[in-house]
Amino acid sequence: MRQFLRYLRPVLVFLGGFTLLTGVIYPLLVTAVAQTIFPHQANGSLVEQDGVILGSELIGQPFDDPAYFWGRPSLTQPYPYNAAASAGSTLAPSNPALTERVTARIAALETAHPTNTRPIPVDLVTASASGLDPHISLAAAEYQIERVAEVRGVETAVVRQLVDEYTEGRTFGVLGEPRVNVLRLNLALDALAADS
Amino acid sequence: MNAWMQISLYLVLLLLLAWPLGVTMARIYQGNVPGWLRPFRSLERLFYRLAGVDENQEMTWQQYALVLLLFNAAGFLAVYLLLRLQAWLPLNPDGLTAVSPALALNTAVSFASNTNWQFYGGETTLSYLSQMLGLAVQNFLSAASGMAVLVALMRGLSRQRTDKLGSFWVDMTRSVLYILLPLAILLAVFLVSQGVVQTFAGAETAVLLDPTDAAATTQTIARGPAASQVAIKQLGTNGGGFFNVNSAHPLENPTPLSNLIQMLAILLIPAALCFTFGDMVGSRRQGVTLLAVMVIVFVAFLGTAVYAEQQGNPRLDALAVDQTISAAQPGGNMEGKEARFGIVNSALWATATTAASNGSVNSMHDAYTPLGGLVPMLLMQLGEVIFGGVGSGLYGLLAFAIVAVFVAGLMVGRTPEYLGKKIEVYEMKMATLIILIPPLVVLLGTALAVSTSAGQSGATNPGPHGFSQILYAFSSQGNNNGSAFAGLNGSHPFYPLSGALAMLIARYWLMIPVLAIAGSLARKQIVPASAGTLPTDSLLFVGWLIAIVLLVGALAFLPALALGPIVEQLLL
Repeated sequence: MRQFLRYLRPVLVFLGGFTLLTGVIYPLLVTAVAQTIFPHQANGSLVEQDGVILGSELIGQPFDDPAYFWGRPSLTQPYPYNAAASAGSTLAPSNPALTERVTARIAALETAHPTNTRPIPVDLVTASASGLDPHISLAAAEYQIERVAEVRGVETAVVRQLVDEYTEGRTFGVLGEPRVNVLRLNLALDALAADS
Repeated sequence: MNAWMQISLYLVLLLLLAWPLGVTMARIYQGNVPGWLRPFRSLERLFYRLAGVDENQEMTWQQYALVLLLFNAAGFLAVYLLLRLQAWLPLNPDGLTAVSPALALNTAVSFASNTNWQFYGGETTLSYLSQMLGLAVQNFLSAASGMAVLVALMRGLSRQRTDKLGSFWVDMTRSVLYILLPLAILLAVFLVSQGVVQTFAGAETAVLLDPTDAAATTQTIARGPAASQVAIKQLGTNGGGFFNVNSAHPLENPTPLSNLIQMLAILLIPAALCFTFGDMVGSRRQGVTLLAVMVIVFVAFLGTAVYAEQQGNPRLDALAVDQTISAAQPGGNMEGKEARFGIVNSALWATATTAASNGSVNSMHDAYTPLGGLVPMLLMQLGEVIFGGVGSGLYGLLAFAIVAVFVAGLMVGRTPEYLGKKIEVYEMKMATLIILIPPLVVLLGTALAVSTSAGQSGATNPGPHGFSQILYAFSSQGNNNGSAFAGLNGSHPFYPLSGALAMLIARYWLMIPVLAIAGSLARKQIVPASAGTLPTDSLLFVGWLIAIVLLVGALAFLPALALGPIVEQLLL
């Protein structure tokens, strides 16, 4: 028993001490620093307009109105882009369910814009890893420019210019993939409509 | 072209950072703390005083193992209780309920054993308190435990005629105070600058611009103190995510830059420990040799994964889908991947996270092409020795090195030596245990799962891919990786419970033989190298060790892989 207690004391002290240090002090310290230096990022990079929170720059939203650019398909439950329960696609390439879903997504895109017969960029018909992907590829944006312009009754050049504005290149010209932020682009489209 | 630029940049940065860190770590473990960390010395001494530990009192291998097991068991118990009681504890702004017993058991074992398998969905299952006091603390302590065991083994190799291997308390405390904690603070703040959330306010509600579902006109955005947890999950090769989808979540890994830095953090300490090893055994060449083995195997697997994913999904070729790679799109197999990462950063991450026993993901491995998914699976099955877990990766590779010199010794009929230590029956027995237990756990677990209805019910994809899901789950838990094919359904208690057992065996039945080897080697004299000694710091040895690692892995797993990913690739 004595022997046991001799071992127990350091076990409890180290566990308790490190719980305090790495479980309380460490996250509080990081939070304090983060909220002081980077309050916008630390709170979720929220987009606010007239006191209303319209979303986060980093979290995608569902779109199915042809007047908006659409994002990546999302498999979160019970509805797409549920940012309270992120979930990714776990369908293997060999799974017939995947082929079915991609077929349905192609049909939806083609119904929204029947005159566009070009092949669809793959990221626009495959589900993202987070179910919250805020971006699409440049090709996926390009594919939708004509549709959005037609439905909104504006020049394609105007829409294309907005797409360029919300395109993020590779970091330092090397890292990641070039991409377009769908929510920010759509908000800009609405702002454009409100101005004119 | 861009693919190779990103990959080269990653590898060069990794090696440039690992070198100075490894050298500094060797000094720290030898009791020579660098000047700028000295202020923490008083904190370190305070710990020893409160605990009644004399920092100069060293332990035998049995004492070292006993203390380590007790400490890990206490950590397990603390996490289990926290998860079971979280509903009644503070810092639960989203009102989550208590975690079920099977899930709490699996999660507690998972974090204490440095596996961090996720059967739980972060934001939907765990309160902030559970994440902080439970998981984040174990992220530090399980990593520090692995590093301590490795340091004990290094002492066993470099000392002679002693039965003392150092003090677990000292090695563990220094790992946390001087290595993990400072790095984690720097990394966490950097990640916040990129957009990783760090707040104690609960979820935020946004008004949707174009509600597509009548049930959802608003979007509830889960938040939390994520950055502090993500930093240590990467540095400690833990990998358990704050959010369900781990580092694929835009608030956990928002930009290509945050992605690069997190990937560096995954392999940083395992790579640095090779330099630490070199310095502690008195020959940096020996450490660089082991690092070379890791880098070569890593690059070979990485190339395969990137290539396989860039090929895309042949079943989509018949549809009106454009999978070609161009300046305007990453192309390839984008199912289960994020647009900002594309193919290259997803495959690079998948390779790094399974080479190391990290297990965090930024894409869904389950949705990979069969060949692409084989890469992370086989990397885990090799025993997590290509970088591997912090500490555990290198001690695993050292077990392979012992086997390698033994096999070479048999060929020429001489007593094998490693670093001047004679390798005899006892060391070989222990090394064999270290190498053979993980495959045994993985294969038996998979066999049990596929032959029972409880096990079969977990697979969510039909055909050979369903088998791959099960094999992946046991490969991951039986090697303390923790990444998931993600599709496996963990609602039946079969998987949480069998997984917990696999993780326990893989962690502790390996640590104990490692310490036993350390204890046995420490007693031996270092004999000078002779003409008959196989040099273990040569290119020849690099090749030989790679061959042994691949041979053991392939012999154990080729039949199982043939039934899963290989047949699936052929059927596509």
